[in-house]
Amino acid sequence: MDRLFAIKDSLAENRIFLSRIVAAFLLILVLIAGLIVRLVYLQVVGHEHYATLSKDNRIKISPLPPTRGIIYDRHGRMLAENVPTYSLELIPEQIKDLDGTLAKLQKLLTIPDDKIEQFHKQRKRNKAFVTTPLLQNLSDEDVAKFAVVRPYFPGVDVYARLVRHYPYGELAAHVVGYVGRINEQELKTLPTAEYRGTDIIGKNGIEKSYESQLLGTAGYEEIETNAQARAVNTVATVEPIAGSNIYLTLDIDLQKIAYDALGEYNGAAVAIDIKTGGVLAFASRPGFDPNPFVTGISYKEYKALRDSPDQPLYNRALRGLYPPGSTVKPFIALAGLEYGVIDYRHRLFCPGYYQLPNVKHKYRDWKKGGHGMVDMNDAITQSCDVYFYELAMALGIDRLSEFMHRFGFGEKSGIDLVGEVSGLMPSKNWKRSHRNRPWYPGETVITGIGQGYTQVTPLQLARATAILANYGKVITPHLVQEIITPDYATPPELLPDREIPLMKQHVDNIITSMTNVVHGYRGTAGRISKHINYQIAGKTGTAQVFTVKQEEKYNEDAIDFKMRDHALFIAFAPVHDPKIAVAVVVEHGGHGGSIAAPMAGDIINAYLSPKEAPHED
Amino acid sequence: MKIEMRTEQFQSPSLLGNLLRKLHVDIPLFLILILICTLSFVILYSAGGQNEALLMRHASRMGLAIAVMIVLAHINPRRFQSFSVAFFSLCLLLLLAVAVMGQISMGAQRWLDLGFFRFQPSEFTKIAAPMMVAWYLSEHSLPPKPKNVLAAGILLLIPVLLIAKQPDLGTSLLVASSGAAVLFFAGLSWWFMIGIAVLLAASTPILWHFLREYQRNRVLTFINPEADPMGTGYHIIQSKIAIGSGGISGKGWLGSTQSKLDFLPESSTDFIFAVFAEEFGLFGCVGLLFLYLLVISRCFYIAVQSQDTYCRLLAGSLAFTFFVYVFVNIGMVIGILPVVGVPLPLVSYGGTSMVTLMAGFGILMSIHTHRKLLPI
Repeated sequence: MDRLFAIKDSLAENRIFLSRIVAAFLLILVLIAGLIVRLVYLQVVGHEHYATLSKDNRIKISPLPPTRGIIYDRHGRMLAENVPTYSLELIPEQIKDLDGTLAKLQKLLTIPDDKIEQFHKQRKRNKAFVTTPLLQNLSDEDVAKFAVVRPYFPGVDVYARLVRHYPYGELAAHVVGYVGRINEQELKTLPTAEYRGTDIIGKNGIEKSYESQLLGTAGYEEIETNAQARAVNTVATVEPIAGSNIYLTLDIDLQKIAYDALGEYNGAAVAIDIKTGGVLAFASRPGFDPNPFVTGISYKEYKALRDSPDQPLYNRALRGLYPPGSTVKPFIALAGLEYGVIDYRHRLFCPGYYQLPNVKHKYRDWKKGGHGMVDMNDAITQSCDVYFYELAMALGIDRLSEFMHRFGFGEKSGIDLVGEVSGLMPSKNWKRSHRNRPWYPGETVITGIGQGYTQVTPLQLARATAILANYGKVITPHLVQEIITPDYATPPELLPDREIPLMKQHVDNIITSMTNVVHGYRGTAGRISKHINYQIAGKTGTAQVFTVKQEEKYNEDAIDFKMRDHALFIAFAPVHDPKIAVAVVVEHGGHGGSIAAPMAGDIINAYLSPKEAPHED
Repeated sequence: MKIEMRTEQFQSPSLLGNLLRKLHVDIPLFLILILICTLSFVILYSAGGQNEALLMRHASRMGLAIAVMIVLAHINPRRFQSFSVAFFSLCLLLLLAVAVMGQISMGAQRWLDLGFFRFQPSEFTKIAAPMMVAWYLSEHSLPPKPKNVLAAGILLLIPVLLIAKQPDLGTSLLVASSGAAVLFFAGLSWWFMIGIAVLLAASTPILWHFLREYQRNRVLTFINPEADPMGTGYHIIQSKIAIGSGGISGKGWLGSTQSKLDFLPESSTDFIFAVFAEEFGLFGCVGLLFLYLLVISRCFYIAVQSQDTYCRLLAGSLAFTFFVYVFVNIGMVIGILPVVGVPLPLVSYGGTSMVTLMAGFGILMSIHTHRKLLPI
């Protein structure tokens, strides 16, 4: 039908189109006339007014960028500083004989040819009357040399510039973050007034989280210029206000120990001050050097970092999601005691596997042949899986999940770093709403040993450990201790303290068992108890990355490295006066007890019995 | 029976003319475009601080743009028609990809990086959107029925919203107006247009609510530039001084002080008209506007001469969108429209829009040079 009409009406169509073209053309004529009227208004009527303004347009407002705040560790060591660098810069428009001048400068300061080339490239990119750097990082000697001959080089000058520098490089990159050039996207949404004269912004870590405090307030200078745009006189100055300095709770020595302890493995180690929640170490390995980002990292370098299979840019401590494995056992045991479904002394028989009623599938214990008769203490110290399969079933997934949530599993910790993820502690409701499937009992069984859907971050593990050591007092992990402004110091805002109601007797039981993990006769982390004069409470974990088929034996040597289990360890110490909580996750490390526990031991030992004299605070 | 014959083949013995005709280039349009492009070098030399490297880059981009124009002029418009849907769908996919990738990288969301090649899909959409709407409407009887208008409106709204979200208000306005122009030329009823206008006016307060902070600031600054003399208002104040001080005959080539002394920001890109106005005065401005009017007239002529609905609608829309470019840019520079990032067509420094514009002219030339003489 449509087609027929189309053919029939083609003449009418033509007529309409022609009339529309005429209408559009008339509209265009009217609008162009409007533009011309406005131009006449500006260029004829307003000419005198604007000509005067143009002649008087000699006062230039030039922004004075503020100095960015410095980031210190808890002992006042600089993690992010502003390094003055001298750079030799030229304004090509003010130089009569550019090539001659460059040749003379080259002779005076021994400038390599490629710098000259780079200068020419940059110069062509720059606007007129803008300084173009020729040589950066001038030595004092060079500065002095140039100062003598400066009057003979109009248009050439040495400028002192402040450049952000991270002296500890990759060690603290994931905590401190880095600054970089403001990109197009940011430029559009930034408040222009605050960023006048500044071309860098915090991109990551503390540099980003505390951007507004670190930035400071821009000032400006009103400069009178002559007809050649040269400054003749400063009319007025509004000084910039430097950004606030920030003290972190981080101890860079401990950070180094944590980072080094991870060795060649990929993984993360987090240490938290149990009393305050202050983060003492926050290592994610591999790290990366943040310094190239400051002046603009090359696309090639960035691509190499981004595409590396080890993902150095990925903050594993904050965003890494791992199955917690057996490290959840102390918490699940506590849930069992608190809900009254099991007694600390109650004994079960572990035949080496567990079966749901009327189901053939065998949930195996890590120990072939089983642990025999075990009570809760044995189950924690020897990490008996069958005991926790049964306990999880007795609790039911919803009670288990709810209890774990109280310890921060499946929830953001509230740390003052951008990009934290919440992980996952599954429940029936979660599965119905996110997977649109019912919950199966088998999933409860494996949740009991920290497998299945459960995903935690190293930070969450450390925090949960600290809460346990605190007998239920919930702490908020944080990195910033103090923000020092020129006028006053503001402590960072923390979430209000909460307390999980727990029976002291129950927590005592769990802590005793965790102490046995390290110091007991059959504990899975026995090797770290030597040569220490305090006690550590801990729990090992070995998280499956892939599933071993029924009746197949897990053979560590035979499988690919990438398929090997993650090794985990959580701990706090000293047992009777807890100061530090640690969580270590080692990707594809194999066993928690042999790989992760010694790393945590190193960190705890360095904190509790430092070898060198402590730093003066 | 149809007699196939190329128009204008009987005239012009010149070699160059012959060559251009063989290339399916429309000579009058080509000559005006070349004139404006030449002018752009003259202004850019002054506005860019006599920077030769800048001119070289401008020239290479212009060369690319002209090459694209000639290639497109050579393609039969039936091809464009049959590729409309595929091209539009591809653009939508690319826009979605940009939105998703941008989400992941949490960075700029305009560019799509194919590793060896980076581009802005929103630029393609400036041509794909009118092609799509023209194709859709030409498949139905005209003037369009309400349901067809509604369908075309929805088709158009998808890329407009995706681009506005990037956020790139300038481009999304241009895409919207190019599609709306097709509807207008198809014979959209006046009552409908009045209705939409009233609706838009009524919903201004709601739209205001959805604007981002910086976009609101731009509108506020437009209403009262003196309120923020250091921020966005600065552009408008300085460009008004530049234009006004140019007077009737201007300060002469290379004589502008506003951009020379660095008072006028973005003097080689979006605000280049201010430099032109300062140096060549009112006479120059009227002359430039006349050149633009010539381009639009020729394009409208091509539209009227074209022989099927699709070509007609597309040609009309491309011509009108070109005018929208001119009007929005100059209107912004002389302070009667808010600051949106739209370049002065064919003159501003900056590559991507130049290629799209020339591609549009290539399509117009193709429409004109592939006509067939029909027996009456």
